[in-house]
Amino acid sequence: MQRMQDTGRLNASDEKLRNLLLPGLAGDESAYRAFLQELSAHLRAFLRRRLVRMPDEVEDLVQESLLAIHNQRHTYDAGQPLTAWIHAIAKYKLVDFLRRREKRELLNDPLDEDFGFSVAADTEAADARRDLIKLLAQLPERQRLPIVHMKLEGLSVAEAAKLTGMSESAVKVGVHRGLKALAALIRDAT
Amino acid sequence: MKTDDLVSMLATGAGAVPPHETARRYALAIGCGGAGAALLMAVLLGPRHDFAVALMLPMFWAKIAFVTSFTAASLFAALRLSRPGLSLAWVPGVLGAPLAAIWLLATIVLLRADAVQRVALFFGDTWNSCPFLIALLSVPVFVAVVWAMQGLAPTRLRLAGAAAGLLAGAVGTMVYSVHCPEMEAPFIGFWYLLGMLVPTAVGALLGPRLLRW
Repeated sequence: MQRMQDTGRLNASDEKLRNLLLPGLAGDESAYRAFLQELSAHLRAFLRRRLVRMPDEVEDLVQESLLAIHNQRHTYDAGQPLTAWIHAIAKYKLVDFLRRREKRELLNDPLDEDFGFSVAADTEAADARRDLIKLLAQLPERQRLPIVHMKLEGLSVAEAAKLTGMSESAVKVGVHRGLKALAALIRDAT
Repeated sequence: MKTDDLVSMLATGAGAVPPHETARRYALAIGCGGAGAALLMAVLLGPRHDFAVALMLPMFWAKIAFVTSFTAASLFAALRLSRPGLSLAWVPGVLGAPLAAIWLLATIVLLRADAVQRVALFFGDTWNSCPFLIALLSVPVFVAVVWAMQGLAPTRLRLAGAAAGLLAGAVGTMVYSVHCPEMEAPFIGFWYLLGMLVPTAVGALLGPRLLRW
């Protein structure tokens, strides 16, 4: 009975997310925005259950997973349950994170880190410790400027191209590669 | 950065995603990788000298059927492993079917032959170069398939690397079978497979490093 209820809930949330993602992939920006909003709540719940002893890491990992899902959104197969796809990506990022952490703790003294972090456990949920804007500053200009103009200031491709003196296709490629490079920076920084 | 700000940043100007990206990447990879393997084969080995005669032989076509269906099966495996959350339940069966067919045929051929013939059927004339040449021809395909996977999102990197290697080995074998004079099922079921397993092992070894995202 419990299981039936769980499956029911999962199907309902799958349906809801799917109805936002599919138009989003077809270019409907407001549907895509709503999808990402729903998705961040879904990811937060999913990761909280799995990082019970590291509550401070949850939001960083929510953001890392959001970026990963955005960057790989072309790999969603419309015939496949959406939550299976989302959970596979979130789990992949979770395992990668735990592996990185383990490596780091082998090098550092684990006690130092635990004292520093476990104090601020249950503060603002939506505030990550890592600042993506700072990481953005490390990207080369041909990737950083398109992201700043298009994704942060909300300019069109044509406007961003005019402002930077890059071609429109170079702007698009810059955004695409820049977001991937950002994901790689997160991965290698932690 | 707050998560809401990240959401807003990702959504702004996101635009439409071109559909069939997986198919496009794989078509390109197999096309270019296969062309590279064919070029290598033409330069280093050349087609078998009796190619026109071979086209008339049923066993030549049985070999082609095995190699083609095994290539399709490993493409299926690679496609499933390139994207997150897809079930792998069918992969062992799909890969196993062409193998079971060639081993069944090999068993029948060996049972019908006498002891002296059996050794010849198994070793052929080229057993000592065949696996090596298949592995060599699979190199350009391996590079191309890894490129295809890097633009997608494999989550089981070791398995995905192995699948990339197997697909590369299978395409390499397809190209090799234009050169190879062997046509007996016992030979193909063992030495061809061994050749394909070389890039598979390399893929499993390098997968976690090459495919991480």
